[in-house]
Amino acid sequence: MTTTALSQPSSQPGDTGLIILNPWQLAWRRFRKHKMAVIALGGLILIFAYIWLGGLLFARGQCIPIHKYVTGEAYANCNDTSMKLKPPSGEHLFGTDTIGRDILARTIYGGQISLSIGIFAAVVEVIVGVLVGAISGYFGRWVDDILMRITEAMLIIPQLFLLIVLAKALGGKVPEIHIAGRTLSGSVIVIILVIGFTSWMYLARIVRANVLSLKELDYISASRALGVSDARIIFKHLLPNTIAPIIVSATLSVSGAILSEAYVSFLGLGVQTPTASWGNMLDSAVKYIQSAPWLWFFPGLLILLTVLCINFIGDGLRDALDPRSTRHI
Amino acid sequence: MVNYILRRLAQAIPQLLLISLILFLLMQTFGDPIASLGRRTPPRPADRERLRRQLGLDQPVYMQYLVWLVGNDWMKIDMDGDGVAETPGKRLGVLRGDFGNSLISKRPVLKLITERIPNTLLLMVTAEIVIIIFSLVIGVYSAVEQYSFFDNLVTALSFVGYSMPIFLIALLSMYLFSLNFKEWGLPYLPTVGMFDPEVGRTPGQVALHMILPVFSLSVISIAGYSRYVRSSMLEILGLDYIRTARAKGLRDNLVVMRHALRNALLPFVTLVGLDIPFLLAGAVVTESIFGWPGTGRLFVERTAQSDFPVLMAILMMTAVAVVVFQLLTDIAYSYLDPRIRIE
Repeated sequence: MTTTALSQPSSQPGDTGLIILNPWQLAWRRFRKHKMAVIALGGLILIFAYIWLGGLLFARGQCIPIHKYVTGEAYANCNDTSMKLKPPSGEHLFGTDTIGRDILARTIYGGQISLSIGIFAAVVEVIVGVLVGAISGYFGRWVDDILMRITEAMLIIPQLFLLIVLAKALGGKVPEIHIAGRTLSGSVIVIILVIGFTSWMYLARIVRANVLSLKELDYISASRALGVSDARIIFKHLLPNTIAPIIVSATLSVSGAILSEAYVSFLGLGVQTPTASWGNMLDSAVKYIQSAPWLWFFPGLLILLTVLCINFIGDGLRDALDPRSTRHI
Repeated sequence: MVNYILRRLAQAIPQLLLISLILFLLMQTFGDPIASLGRRTPPRPADRERLRRQLGLDQPVYMQYLVWLVGNDWMKIDMDGDGVAETPGKRLGVLRGDFGNSLISKRPVLKLITERIPNTLLLMVTAEIVIIIFSLVIGVYSAVEQYSFFDNLVTALSFVGYSMPIFLIALLSMYLFSLNFKEWGLPYLPTVGMFDPEVGRTPGQVALHMILPVFSLSVISIAGYSRYVRSSMLEILGLDYIRTARAKGLRDNLVVMRHALRNALLPFVTLVGLDIPFLLAGAVVTESIFGWPGTGRLFVERTAQSDFPVLMAILMMTAVAVVVFQLLTDIAYSYLDPRIRIE
């Protein structure tokens, strides 16, 4: 894709005014050309609306076991065993699960957990990856040697194995947490950390490679000659120039983290009930694969759609921010 | 070349040791394997104590790691708990090929795993062949027919495939091809296990039971790889020597297959070589869903039971496989591309 010229002639004939676009506006223009990415952005906004506003619309009703009219997450966690494994109906649009909870409400609150895990795990990953990559590339020599050997060592074990071992090792050791009026299983924090700390390696390598080539440039030598501190050179001069691959890979790590959460929870080692996540809703689905397909179909579909949207957006961002990079998918 | 291989292996050894130490320490926090011995938990604390001693779990962690690594046949251990070390140790340690005994079934870990490895390999090798064939055919065809209906369809499908969690593919395919086909009276595929116990373990039965797991394992990789083949084919097809070949009047097939594909395959070899051991991870989920008696399922089962000798063995064998495949990939690459020379 060719880069848009810095200035564009305006549409008015005879008007000599130039529109000056900053790099972010240019990137937005390129992003808009990627049709699927724009559609995916719309899709992701809809998914966000569903999980943040859906609770107001769909999560309310009589919770029979406690004889109370409940709303919000209490409704999602209300188990009415007399209503278990009911197929989708007017009352429960997505049906009910093995202990009679409303699946629609659980996909909403589970979605909040899954997406939060995706985002925060990506934040952890970016912090670790960028720090390791930048320090390794900038300081070089033995620092680089040690950090890169550790990175390679981490890459030797497939991520899913690391995830399982870490999730099992840390599982149940973090107490329940209370955030914004909600009681969450401590496993949410564990999973965020576990996913973040097992996925930073590729980003660290990308950042390191960029820092290695950037630090040879004259402006860095000039900064050094002026006595600018190492930390300032790294954070003010090097990292802003490698922001494009960081943004792209951070976006893709959100979808990767959502998938990882789903895998670990699917194997029963992830987010623990009653806190719902899209992954742990699928936990017992294999047993009911035929008798209750709605158990796995709705959360599975939501995972697929969310990951698909984020991947398309990541692809669009790659085209927009980093036009020279090759596309793998 | 020999130097290069030796140097790479020398580099890998400290990494493998480091990772084994980290994993070993992590597994200490898994919970008491004795407490979770299943229903056969020894009721009396004295028995429990004795069992811990026999398994060496009473030792400090660093000793347990050392015994795991180099064995304890060079020292005497205190078996009866009287404070006097009298029984000579029997373990040889991982470095001499002894992975210890399972804490749950008391059988040698190596035996337990070698029973499962052929099953996993069967699944993985078949999946890998399917993956390579399909991604090459799809990738090359959509590069040659760029922006055709087929190409656009494949692009959309591969994004979907790439975003699918493996268990969703497995559940969907199981639901459709096995359960619903059965309901509709169509010929249907078996869902779980490796063979029908009534028929026995015949090659036909195993092949039939493999179809769905192999399908689930390959879809994601095919989606990713076919994109990769497509983009590297497109890159090569735009080069001058391809135009020259076409200008000479060579048949299109010949140009694509002989001239372009050969060069486009180079990065593909690296990609596939580096990814092969990681299929093992995909096998964890697939084997669990389809009840396939392989190492992945063993790993999940034994994680729940905190049987760490088995877990360590599976992890370290995978790690060694990754290192070996990285090396083989590098060597293969330098062999295929004369411009790359290994120093």
